[in-house]
Amino acid sequence: MVKITVAGLSIWYDEQTAIKNLSLQVSEKEILGIIGPSNSGKTSFLRTLNRLNELTSNCKTEGEIQLDGKSIFKEIDLLSLRKLVGIVFALPLPLPLSIYDNIAYGPRLRGEKNKSKLDGIVEKSLKASYLFDEVKDRLNTSAFNLSGGQQQRLCISRTLANEPEIILYDEPCSGLDPISTAKVEEAMRDLKKNYTQILVTNNTKQAARVADRTAFFLMGELVEIGDTTKMFTSPSDKRTDDYIAGRFG
Amino acid sequence: MKNLFEFIVEKAIFLSGAASIIFVVLIFIFLLKEGLALFGEVNFFAFLFGQNWYPISDPPQFGILPLIMGSVFVTFGAIVIAVPLGLAAAIYISEVAPHSIRGFLKSGIELLAAIPSIVLGFIGIIFLAPLLKNIFHLGSGLTALAGSIMLAFMALPTIVSIIEDAIVSVPRSYKEGALALGATHWQAIYRVTIPAAASGILAAVMLGIGRVVGETMAVLMITGNAAIMPTSLLQPVRTLTATVAAEMGEAVSGSSHYYSLFAIGIVLFIISFIINIFADIFLHRSKAMKRRKK
Amino acid sequence: MRENTKVIEKLAFAILGLATLIIIAPVGIILFIVLWHGLPGLSFEFIFSMPREGMRAGGIFPAIVGTLVLTVGTAAFSIPVGILAAIYLNEYAGRNWLTRLFEISIINLAGIPSIVYGLFGLGLFVTFFGFGASILAGSLTLSIMTLPVIITATREALSAVPMAFREVSFSLGASRWQTVSRVVLPNAIPGILTGTILGLSRAAGETAPILFTVAAFYLPRLPQSPFDQAMALPYHIYVLSTQVPNVSLRTQYSTVLVLVLMVFILNIAAAYIRAKFRRRKTW
Repeated sequence: MVKITVAGLSIWYDEQTAIKNLSLQVSEKEILGIIGPSNSGKTSFLRTLNRLNELTSNCKTEGEIQLDGKSIFKEIDLLSLRKLVGIVFALPLPLPLSIYDNIAYGPRLRGEKNKSKLDGIVEKSLKASYLFDEVKDRLNTSAFNLSGGQQQRLCISRTLANEPEIILYDEPCSGLDPISTAKVEEAMRDLKKNYTQILVTNNTKQAARVADRTAFFLMGELVEIGDTTKMFTSPSDKRTDDYIAGRFG
Repeated sequence: MKNLFEFIVEKAIFLSGAASIIFVVLIFIFLLKEGLALFGEVNFFAFLFGQNWYPISDPPQFGILPLIMGSVFVTFGAIVIAVPLGLAAAIYISEVAPHSIRGFLKSGIELLAAIPSIVLGFIGIIFLAPLLKNIFHLGSGLTALAGSIMLAFMALPTIVSIIEDAIVSVPRSYKEGALALGATHWQAIYRVTIPAAASGILAAVMLGIGRVVGETMAVLMITGNAAIMPTSLLQPVRTLTATVAAEMGEAVSGSSHYYSLFAIGIVLFIISFIINIFADIFLHRSKAMKRRKK
Repeated sequence: MRENTKVIEKLAFAILGLATLIIIAPVGIILFIVLWHGLPGLSFEFIFSMPREGMRAGGIFPAIVGTLVLTVGTAAFSIPVGILAAIYLNEYAGRNWLTRLFEISIINLAGIPSIVYGLFGLGLFVTFFGFGASILAGSLTLSIMTLPVIITATREALSAVPMAFREVSFSLGASRWQTVSRVVLPNAIPGILTGTILGLSRAAGETAPILFTVAAFYLPRLPQSPFDQAMALPYHIYVLSTQVPNVSLRTQYSTVLVLVLMVFILNIAAAYIRAKFRRRKTW
């Protein structure tokens, strides 16, 4: 079943084009990997899905994106959209709050004050990213005391606490060591049961490990999208082959 | 409910954001409202260029040229003292002083800024005026020079901190380039750093002038308060600000004397407006350099 | 030749150091003089009793209370408006001509001579609104003068909070106000506090803006309402040193000392807050 439909999307920063006339679909509960060299428009695309790039003042967008058949620009309220479409950033970005308050941030925004409900949400979200056992005794300490890998899983938990339907990852492991990366990837595979996930990554091997389907972006254009195994074994475009083989990028 | 609250808060935020311009406009309007009434009976040029300020004689004379000259003399003296000292101190604090005393020196400058001007005026009356009287064998030490010295100290914190900012924002590579070519630290400072910080220094001078022209209480107390055309720094003078402060208490509301003091307010407002616009232009240039550095 | 430049450098640095000393030494000397001559006259009675015999004897209690009341009044108006204005400029305003206009206004507001504020307060609050010379008129006048200081300091504190925190908050579905009130403001409070206290300490020491808007020459009782006139320390110093003959120097010094102490306590508080939170800052 189609979750997201992108049709004729273009993005500019001032006069510079970041995405040119992009169209693609994302199915429900799949992990879509997006690979491509830097400045290929991956991140711009990702940040458009929850309209975060509108915070960048010189950014201009054209085209249509639909979530469950509804336009994210016209039919879904901006704040609800951001609740529905969570994002995990490249660097672990805890808010300057305690671990508990980081997770409870989203629910509290929507007026949740019930202490036992919040406790439940915090525990459930931390368990989903395999962080609960490591931090359960210090939930009220600053999130900055966690290691980088723990912080990144905290950010995943924080996104989950918002009960999104879609989770976006913007190179989530770029700052992490291999063990932390493995833990994050494990969490992502586990989350497949309930969430649609889009993973932007510079690391083609990560896409190969995690993604069901993979899209290859180059200079703002979608070169190829398809089944990950097929893409990595017999890509239909020469450029994809070159990139995966590491001949450029 | 929640959205209504946010709506109200955001309206309050915008209104407060606009408050600054509202107040600037209001201030100007009220000065005009009370000040322009003067020009019904006094010629504008006679006001600005008249050499006699006798507001309560019969007939009164409202020439503010002696007051303008008083302000000019005091300001000139203060700037001549404050700019070289301030420049030197800013260089010393940012480039030369050992790290261990840098914080101490900065606190000293901040402390100077914290002393209320009335206190400096008081010290001026008790120490500075008698001192000047003895040095220059004057009838009274309450002179333009006394005002200049005290005002220099009042302007110094502003001047030092702005020049310091300007020096710190000069890209390191400029200085390092000079040092690499064999210049001594001092040569690098005066050949490279200071010229590169020129707009910041100009901004500091402008804001220093603004501070001095606008200062009221200390000058009222120590410049001797004589509304006559000054010819030397060793004479008593009276500035624009001191005149307003000294005479508003006695001026009858609605009299031409009252209006004339507001008219002086207009002159002061316009002077400070011009000075600040220039200072802002220089500051922007200085900041543009800081951005290039990043 | 090389020797020569070294000597010149030494000489230049010595002159720079001397200039710095010329600026800073008087600060110490002034404080010492004020303490030395002011302390002997400082007593419980001096602080807490009414002036007598045309201010030549007794205490300065009403002037102290007046200055405290004016400072609180100034805070009550200038802090909320100043902080909200800074929030507007830093968090809401786009980069456009209107914002630039607001910024230029703030710069000009900061540069307007204090006596012009006095004239404005007289014209608007005392006369036009009919508050008369009163605590209300004086506080409002001082507030407007303090506003640019608070706006500038708050803005600096707000912009020191990393952009990333705002982005995270928005990404979780927070509105702009939620982001400001839950993430940005709490992390900017130390900076805001420091700047605000410094602004208020300046207001507490100002004389010119209160001359015609509130200050009473001699009023040996405490103010009863916001529409009352009040004595104030800075104006009292002016009066004692220039308007009333034969006031003992000791009384003058002690009055100066009280004002200096009040202003310095505020400054030290500001410095303490700044130092304390700088250490605690985790990002």
